[in-house]
Amino acid sequence: MTINVSMTVNGEQVSREIEPRMLLVHFIRETLDLTGTHWGCDTSNCGACVVQLDGTPVKSCTILAAMCDGHEVRTVESLERDGELDPIQQGFHEMHALQCGFCTPGMLMTTRALLDENPDPTDHEIRVAISGSICRCTGYKNIVAAVRWAAEHETAARQETT
Amino acid sequence: MQTPAAFEYERATSVEGAIASLERLGPEARIIAGGHSLLPMMKLRLANPEHLIDINDLGELAYIREEPGEIRIGALTRHVDLLGSDVLARHLPVFRDAEQVIADPVVRNRGTIGGSLCQADAAEDLSSVCTAVKAQTVIRGSGGERIVGMDEFHVGPYMTAVGAAEMLTEVRIPLRPGAGSAHEKVERRAGDWAIAASSAAVWLAGGTIADAGIALSAVGLTTIHLSRAEELLRGKAPSEELFAQAAQIASEDCSPTPDGRGPVDYKRHLAGVLTHRALRRATARAQGQEA
Repeated sequence: MTINVSMTVNGEQVSREIEPRMLLVHFIRETLDLTGTHWGCDTSNCGACVVQLDGTPVKSCTILAAMCDGHEVRTVESLERDGELDPIQQGFHEMHALQCGFCTPGMLMTTRALLDENPDPTDHEIRVAISGSICRCTGYKNIVAAVRWAAEHETAARQETT
Repeated sequence: MQTPAAFEYERATSVEGAIASLERLGPEARIIAGGHSLLPMMKLRLANPEHLIDINDLGELAYIREEPGEIRIGALTRHVDLLGSDVLARHLPVFRDAEQVIADPVVRNRGTIGGSLCQADAAEDLSSVCTAVKAQTVIRGSGGERIVGMDEFHVGPYMTAVGAAEMLTEVRIPLRPGAGSAHEKVERRAGDWAIAASSAAVWLAGGTIADAGIALSAVGLTTIHLSRAEELLRGKAPSEELFAQAAQIASEDCSPTPDGRGPVDYKRHLAGVLTHRALRRATARAQGQEA
């Protein structure tokens, strides 16, 4: 049996016939061909598959695509706009916050949500926020620095415009 | 790649509708909420429901309410909201203690209290929390509601009192004067299951412990309710010596198994140490001094 699911993905309305057992991560990667979201441990431990569901970071390996029908999903592909990197992406670039890059999409979506809620997080708050994401290159120090970089640049940009 | 076996999916639009679907579809139908316990079980074929009834739209089951004499928590309340609740932190700080160390923030965005209790996993923290604070569960079927205490709610490993055509809708926690509570857990790394955890609640009256609740996670096939330690504490003045005796009972009355998280003697030792710390902290809170 297949069912029809419709949702907004990165601002675009999509509608597909899928099996109810299809996980959101596979819907994103294989049905929509958005391969920026990574499929890692499959057990909600590693955080590589984190996307935003209605603005909240979630592990897409442990959510059915069917459960997202009528909802809004954002993946790492939504961060860059008109050729400009999101400040969080720029921060990862500036502070060398990735080595192999496998965990990066999940790290970006998790920390983007953190900054949306808390524009000036402490190092501890950043570490708590990414505690569900595992970097096996063990580059956490630079990831924390990258989030700080993005927070500081966003704060400065906001002050310039006001 | 881990994918659940095939099933049919429907979304509930009301509690009554979800229960009617459970009745119509029979015992192979399951409720899904956050899915962070059920979907991993389905991927491993440890659970193979033929029908899933998604209750995530039932906003009427997501609440934390202070009522006269009790706190009521809807079954669909997510960990993130239990962690953030000031009402809970004020009356039952054991919840915030536990929620800070349950899985990780991204998992806590989805998982629910109802799902945690219905999973009936002995290593899960909220089951020992709810046992310690003497919570009651509200189980609804088409014939109405019944109220079941935590000892009767968990009937065995991964088994609850919730019948095939019933659902857990609410958790009720009595509020009594002189209360303090705390949760202590040791885990190998952030977000891991407990090696051992202890939840404790005390109710003080006139310098003595009028009542106590203590339960352990991850050191037995089910949540361990330490009734013998509770009896020891009742009617006595709180002291380090008394807590040490209760801790000794915790070490004796748990039944851990050796695994990658540690051998039996270590886990028994930990159960005792964590029970001592939880009692000390719960009592300090009851006395208005944060430990």
